[in-house]
Amino acid sequence: GGAYWVDSQQKRYVPVKGDHVIGIVTAKAGDVFKLDVGGSEQASLSYLAFEGATKRNRPNVQVGDLIYGQFLVANKDMEPEMVCIDSSGRSSGMGIIGQDGFLFKVSLGLIRKLLAPKCEIIQELSQLYPFELVLGMNGRIWVKAKTVQQTLIIVNILEACEYMTAEQRKQALAKLSGN
Amino acid sequence: PRSPSLGDTSVLAGLYGPAEVKGSKELPDRAALEVLLRPKVGLPGVVERSREQLLRQTCEAVVLGVLHPRTAITLVLQVLSDAGSLLSCCLNAACMGLLDAGLPLSSLFCGVTCALDPNGAIILDPTTRQEQEARAVLTFAIDSTERKVLTATTKGSCSVEEMQQCLAAAQRAADTIFQFYRDSVRRRYSKS
Repeated sequence: GGAYWVDSQQKRYVPVKGDHVIGIVTAKAGDVFKLDVGGSEQASLSYLAFEGATKRNRPNVQVGDLIYGQFLVANKDMEPEMVCIDSSGRSSGMGIIGQDGFLFKVSLGLIRKLLAPKCEIIQELSQLYPFELVLGMNGRIWVKAKTVQQTLIIVNILEACEYMTAEQRKQALAKLSGN
Repeated sequence: PRSPSLGDTSVLAGLYGPAEVKGSKELPDRAALEVLLRPKVGLPGVVERSREQLLRQTCEAVVLGVLHPRTAITLVLQVLSDAGSLLSCCLNAACMGLLDAGLPLSSLFCGVTCALDPNGAIILDPTTRQEQEARAVLTFAIDSTERKVLTATTKGSCSVEEMQQCLAAAQRAADTIFQFYRDSVRRRYSKS
């Protein structure tokens, strides 16, 4: 037999177990943080779900911080739960996202395109300026480059990639690196 | 938002969801669908309220609400211009809004309006004038899988045979509308 993968385009995110997403901390309720992940419900994140966290050694998370984590529990019947460690207890890139940088939202289809192996867009952009990039499956992207202007240029290119063809993108990047 | 026009009748649809729902409206096993119809001029009245219920029931028949329990799906329809056949334009806008948002649907649907003039002739997609002079105006929501009727609403009086003839004409016209949906979606996603 054969299996079909149906890819559809949406802007609204629905939590899926295992997805890596960027959440915004909205509340601290005792031992649990509440995160806005862009879905219909807020996700919960235990303070112990960070690498090296113990009851004495709590992570320094404030309301408004950005967190990169993955869903441990995500189904239609239960509140989604996130963690910032993998199954072996290591953070593997997850946790609190640093200060500065810029967070913006794109469609889910663009995120999947950017996460595909050998994505040309990311390779071409990295030729332009060095930058840090975090991609959340919930449509959120965080970018940080050396200056505010460089950051905003990268943000505008990523947002425009939704509607540009490969040709138009190469032209836009060529114009920018010419400057 | 999607904006289909039938001639000069034009409706803008905006769909929000699955999103958080306020306490009392929450349904434990399925999504709570709400439709808001805003007329071009003035505040929504009784006519808008009854059309909202009709649109809501049609959408609930196709949206797979059980996949998103305890959420709210809100559809806002703004009438931009009305030159006749407004209800079927709203139905088409609603369906395209659901398509554009990527909500899980069991089928698509389209709206077709038929007017029966005093001679008994069937006019499809009547203008406001034709609607006013007609003996009866019938609106059908037709589904895309088997061309079955999801919703039927009549204003005026007609015989059962005439209603069957109007329905048959509407089912034939539905093919054109579904082809338009396909072409629109193809155009939208054919870039990059």
